[in-house]
Amino acid sequence: MEQKKLAIIATKGTLDWGYPPFILGSTAAALGYEVEIFFTFYGLQLLKKDLDHLRVTPLGNPGMPMPGGMEKWMPVLVTALPGMEAMMTSMMKKQMAAKGVASLTELRELSQEAEVRFIACNMTVELFDMDPSEFIDGIELAGAARFFEFAGDADICMYM
Amino acid sequence: MADFDDELDASGLNCPLPILRAKKALAALDSGKVLHIIATDPGSVKDFEAFSKQTGNELMESREEGGKFHFLIKKA
Repeated sequence: MEQKKLAIIATKGTLDWGYPPFILGSTAAALGYEVEIFFTFYGLQLLKKDLDHLRVTPLGNPGMPMPGGMEKWMPVLVTALPGMEAMMTSMMKKQMAAKGVASLTELRELSQEAEVRFIACNMTVELFDMDPSEFIDGIELAGAARFFEFAGDADICMYM
Repeated sequence: MADFDDELDASGLNCPLPILRAKKALAALDSGKVLHIIATDPGSVKDFEAFSKQTGNELMESREEGGKFHFLIKKA
């Protein structure tokens, strides 16, 4: 049986949206898939050595459950108050630890161990004046055409 | 429970960690050896069935005992 291929495009740089690319990428690799993740725009944040800067915000996210069902009555404006983002981020991290959910760093390491390949979009790295030395090791800097070299043959392609 | 060659306790770990750890543990075993996995994530029951189907490593046993899930997987 020929090895299946999964191509993922990771575009989001928040604590919550950092999970899907690494969870699905590492799991697919464990199932025998060849996996490549193309990180572009805010998704590049997921490649930084230290991921402590990633946040989750209730602002503009009406689907986000909050402790005690607060989201049902809390005015949207309150979610924009200073400190809300830091508070929700800290609560989310505590909840994840309590539920045995892996940290993003751990899932990223497991992905790399499983030979998931990470590609950083060269154009957005330059656009944001990002320093590739801030990224973890083993990243390839490349463009869209390079991504299609793999994605063109992929069995599954996901945009996140 | 049948005999096994190695054991992995994935208690308290949530998706996808039990599968990722199991994959790693299986990689260290020779073909035909059996891995016993203990998990508490209820989602792991279907996940290990799917893992077995897709990787060809046989799921010899899957059962619940005392609130924990036990799996026996034979390395292909």
